[in-house]
Amino acid sequence: MINFSYTIWIPLLPFLMFILLGLAGHKLKPKLSGLLGTGGLGIITILSYITAFKYFFTSEKVDGAYQKITALNFTWLQFTDKLHIDLGVLLDPISVMMLVVITTVSFMVHIYSLGYMKGEKGFERFFSFLSLFSFSMLGLVLATNIFQMYIFWELVGVSSFLLIGFYYQKPSAVRASKKAFIVTRFADLGFLIGILILSFNTKTFDFITLTNPTGSAIAQGGGIAFLGLSVMTWSMIFVFMGGVGKSAMFPFHIWLPDAMEGPTPVSALIHAATMVVAGVYLVARMFPIYALSAPVALKVVAYVGAFSSLFAAIIACTQTDIKRVLAYSTMSQIGYMMLALGVAGYGGHEGLGYMASMFHLFTHAMFKALLFLGAGAIIHAVHSNYMTEMGGLRKYLPVTHITFLIACLTIAGIPPLSGFFSKDEILAAAFHSNKILFAVEYAVAGLTAFYMFRLYFSIFWGKDTHYHHTLHEAPATMTIPLIVLAIGCIITGFIPFNKLVTSDGRILESEIELMIAIPSVLIGLLGIGIAYIMYRKESTIPDRLAATFKYSYKWAYNKFYIDELYLFVTKKIIFRYISDPVAWFDRHIVDGTMNAIASVTQSVSFRIRGFQSGQLQKYAFVFVTGAIMLAILFIYLWK
Amino acid sequence: MNSGIPIQYFLILATMMFFAGVYGFLTRRNLITILMSVELILNSVNINFLAFNRYLYPHKLEGMFFSLFIIAVAASEAAVAIAIIINIYRRFTTINVEDVNEMKY
Amino acid sequence: MDILSLFVVIPVLTITAILLLKDTHQVRMVSAFGMGLQLLMAASLVFLYLTARHAGNNDEMLFVKDYLWYKSLNIHYAVGVDGISVAMITLTSLVVFAGIFASWEVEFLRKEFFVSLILLATGVFGFFISIDLFTMFLFYELAVIPMYLLIGIWGTGPKEYSAMKLTLMLMGGSALLLVGLLGIYFNSSPDGSRLTFNILEISKVVIPLPAQRIFFPLTFVGFGVLGALFPFHTWSPDGHASAPTAVSMLHAGVLMKLGGYGAFRVAIFLMPEAAHELSWIFIILTSISVIYGAFGAIAQKDLKYINAYSSVSHCGLVLFAVLMMNQTAMNGAIIQMISHGLMTALFFALIGMVYGRTHTRMIYEMGGLMKVIPFLSVCYVIAGLASLGLPGLSGFVAEMTIFVGAFQHPELFYRIVTILAVSSIVITSVYILRVVAILLLGPTTNEHFEHLPDAKWFEKISVVTLIGSVAAIGLAPFWLSTMIGTSLHPIIEKIISLNPF
Repeated sequence: MINFSYTIWIPLLPFLMFILLGLAGHKLKPKLSGLLGTGGLGIITILSYITAFKYFFTSEKVDGAYQKITALNFTWLQFTDKLHIDLGVLLDPISVMMLVVITTVSFMVHIYSLGYMKGEKGFERFFSFLSLFSFSMLGLVLATNIFQMYIFWELVGVSSFLLIGFYYQKPSAVRASKKAFIVTRFADLGFLIGILILSFNTKTFDFITLTNPTGSAIAQGGGIAFLGLSVMTWSMIFVFMGGVGKSAMFPFHIWLPDAMEGPTPVSALIHAATMVVAGVYLVARMFPIYALSAPVALKVVAYVGAFSSLFAAIIACTQTDIKRVLAYSTMSQIGYMMLALGVAGYGGHEGLGYMASMFHLFTHAMFKALLFLGAGAIIHAVHSNYMTEMGGLRKYLPVTHITFLIACLTIAGIPPLSGFFSKDEILAAAFHSNKILFAVEYAVAGLTAFYMFRLYFSIFWGKDTHYHHTLHEAPATMTIPLIVLAIGCIITGFIPFNKLVTSDGRILESEIELMIAIPSVLIGLLGIGIAYIMYRKESTIPDRLAATFKYSYKWAYNKFYIDELYLFVTKKIIFRYISDPVAWFDRHIVDGTMNAIASVTQSVSFRIRGFQSGQLQKYAFVFVTGAIMLAILFIYLWK
Repeated sequence: MNSGIPIQYFLILATMMFFAGVYGFLTRRNLITILMSVELILNSVNINFLAFNRYLYPHKLEGMFFSLFIIAVAASEAAVAIAIIINIYRRFTTINVEDVNEMKY
Repeated sequence: MDILSLFVVIPVLTITAILLLKDTHQVRMVSAFGMGLQLLMAASLVFLYLTARHAGNNDEMLFVKDYLWYKSLNIHYAVGVDGISVAMITLTSLVVFAGIFASWEVEFLRKEFFVSLILLATGVFGFFISIDLFTMFLFYELAVIPMYLLIGIWGTGPKEYSAMKLTLMLMGGSALLLVGLLGIYFNSSPDGSRLTFNILEISKVVIPLPAQRIFFPLTFVGFGVLGALFPFHTWSPDGHASAPTAVSMLHAGVLMKLGGYGAFRVAIFLMPEAAHELSWIFIILTSISVIYGAFGAIAQKDLKYINAYSSVSHCGLVLFAVLMMNQTAMNGAIIQMISHGLMTALFFALIGMVYGRTHTRMIYEMGGLMKVIPFLSVCYVIAGLASLGLPGLSGFVAEMTIFVGAFQHPELFYRIVTILAVSSIVITSVYILRVVAILLLGPTTNEHFEHLPDAKWFEKISVVTLIGSVAAIGLAPFWLSTMIGTSLHPIIEKIISLNPF
């Protein structure tokens, strides 16, 4: 048994950095605080790599399967005898994989931010928030129980809020951060309800107990039925709702595009590579329950994922803000991962989708972070977010150009880049499970290639735009992460995921199925080809197409008016028809009743105050009369 | 034991004094007259005390003491009341009770 | 002199000292010293308590002292504490301590202000140490009365109206409460032995059910008025809005907790059968409080009103959890009282400080304060995050304990209501973020506000004390939760043994 207790430092170190930079950051030199944050992250990146190596290659396997190792666990809060929140570190294939993903991307983003955020006001604040985020995200993936996950789930939410609203004097950023927080909070409500139902039925929060395929939690399975579904299914659907919110799946996706108001490194780290895949991670973490005890909920996962990926891909084709295109692309790719989980089963060859999903999560983190960081370098140079204002940048930004191209090819699924392998596995899993979903994903693969190369060609090729200032390549702090991630994109495809990360921890035999691989590459190439024709040189085809499909284009351009729908529901219905009436009711009915009681008392006493004239003689008269009456009463009538 | 005046005579006198006092107290508006009426009431009570004491418990003296108390109280009351009345007169230049209504309501 | 009575004696001595002072400048130093001493006392009480428990003292109440006060009615001055009261006393001393510093700059009738403030605190401390219903009621009244003066004299806005409204409504509650307490007293010995006011003795007998049915609602509503039970909460927005800073802090932070504590310690503990029977009515009312308060807060424009409605919502949660009558939920209720007490005191302190600078509490008249007064703004954001239940701050611990506990209730109705109450966390985040966004973020809208001074040293003491406590509970809730939990055992055992679920 290897001692993993040092892993506690992996989340703890960023936390200490957060405290240090948060409390004393404004007293340090900005550069020093940046280096402190980055250095801390560098250390834990190394620690994570060591952990991954030790876990995957030296830890004991039982029965050919990787074991879940609880490296550390202590009770944080006791609810009942059985229910208690623990904080601890759980190591299993997916959490170790996530450690590598998070620390790598986070480290790259830290280095990149040293250049990107240079000279910004609040430099140390930025790094303290980044540390807070890294802490929460690592805590989330290392969670030993579902409540710990919920705790860190909320914490990543708030660090996302803080980072989106980093430019707090910009109204649009404030709005976006508020929106992101409230939308995900609403989804978290579902998560919490799911936890409550789950814990009520299973009397435990602990992941190992919950997800033990032969344990009582899963064996109990059915439970009482409500609306035709078992309690377990309901709870897992609710839990998934949390994942839908965090991972920006339809219908809670609306916060993600707006979240691009944050600084670009943040978008790369939080809203592309790590936090938004928390939903996928959540489903993967609870996967045995989904697969064995709540198959209907798993179907929901698959369909939500498929719909979101299609929906987002269509919108991505029409957007002009490069970060928004990437945001929708993120949503689409996460849809892929969800779908892959949704079509998977537990153990054996059924588990292909699970493995594919984790694989795609891994590769996606690399290429999407690269895309965002590349976009950041472009925005840094051009000072604009809109691709309509760009063109011909390949001459000015050579490093960015090459790395961006690699990322685009990766996401389009061109071999031998990593995206090809992971996407191929997903398509294969879908093909074996559900042909309709496969068809949808196949179409999305083509769309993905199209919109990514639409982006690529309009930025780096297309018309030569004249810029007001001379453009120059980003500094080394920004280009080095780009290069590292580009190398990551190239090599990560060859990691034998089927041996490392599988649903039951055992090796999964899988190979590339040419029947699926070849058509998927072809449709990718087709998408690239269309984009080449339309956007390689200045051309009128896009405009003509947009004019032909006027209404559908307009719908897609306006994101199918989902935002407006939400706005309508919140502003017009909840604020106007619930909140304002409640306030009115409180002031006028409840408070009015109290005031009415007071004023009735007052007016009655006003009427009867004449009795209290203050003239002693009147009182005396009443007194004497009364005395005489009483005397008469007692003497003559009281017999 | 006691020949002579029967107790009813005392009682009738006391009653008359009492009601005269009450009448005066209720109808007069002059503070001095009201004070005098109060004295009448107190003295009528005194007479009752003495009469009953003498007729019912001739060997005890509580009634006597009580009337002595009342006289003392009445004297001090008169002193205080007249002091108040003089102050009222200084303030309002009247001792009519109906005109002294500044604190009403 | 026993240690508990010191909690009443120290404030009284402080008041005496203040009254003897000639120089009004020393008044606040003396108050701060007295209340600082009180805080130290509270800390040592926690220590003594834990030591005694650790040594294996398993009595229900510790440090019990009993003096006969009025023989013919068997009224005693009886004091004693368990983990719950110790926690509440600590909360009170923290809030009072912070409150003294928050009102450092009161100029008008300074001496009288501090006297009333500490008198109020005396009442609260007395309430929490009493285990005799009569003394408890006495201290309760002592805490409520100075409120009238504090709001009526040092308040802002329609202060006379608010003071009158608050006092009358609370007195109305007291009237119901007195009837309830007397009802308990006259039924305290069904076997015909001597009647008693002592809580511990009453808890050993079973009050006849017909009497419970009458007196439980009276007692519960009586305390509920102070705990902002819907629909008797309307004193809270007006009262808080008009009160001076420290008074709002004390009132929302501590005085409203008297309601929850009393409802728990007197109404439910002494009359569990009726509580069980009638809880559904009050559960509905409290759930309305929770949701309704939160929705009400969304529509408000005045900072203090927002906070007052938010208090209605949070205190509703306290009563809600108390009525669930199981170990976890009640534990949550107590933690929520403490958490809300600290958090809302922090809020009111900050609002007072912001108001002292901008001279307005209307959120739309302000904006972009983060740039101008960063310290206060950051503290405000922390308070907001605590209020919306962010992990790592106290609100999360309290709310989750309540929700998990309430959801363990075996009846479906209660679980559904719990889900409704859970949904308040979303509404809370809406109104908190709305305020934060309008008030603190964005560009600075009013050019008069561009050169406001940030927090002064005494303001920092006040705020940092509270934030420190909020974060301490949020980061390490285990001790608090266990301390309360062990004290809850005998109470829960009584309740459970009488109502086997």
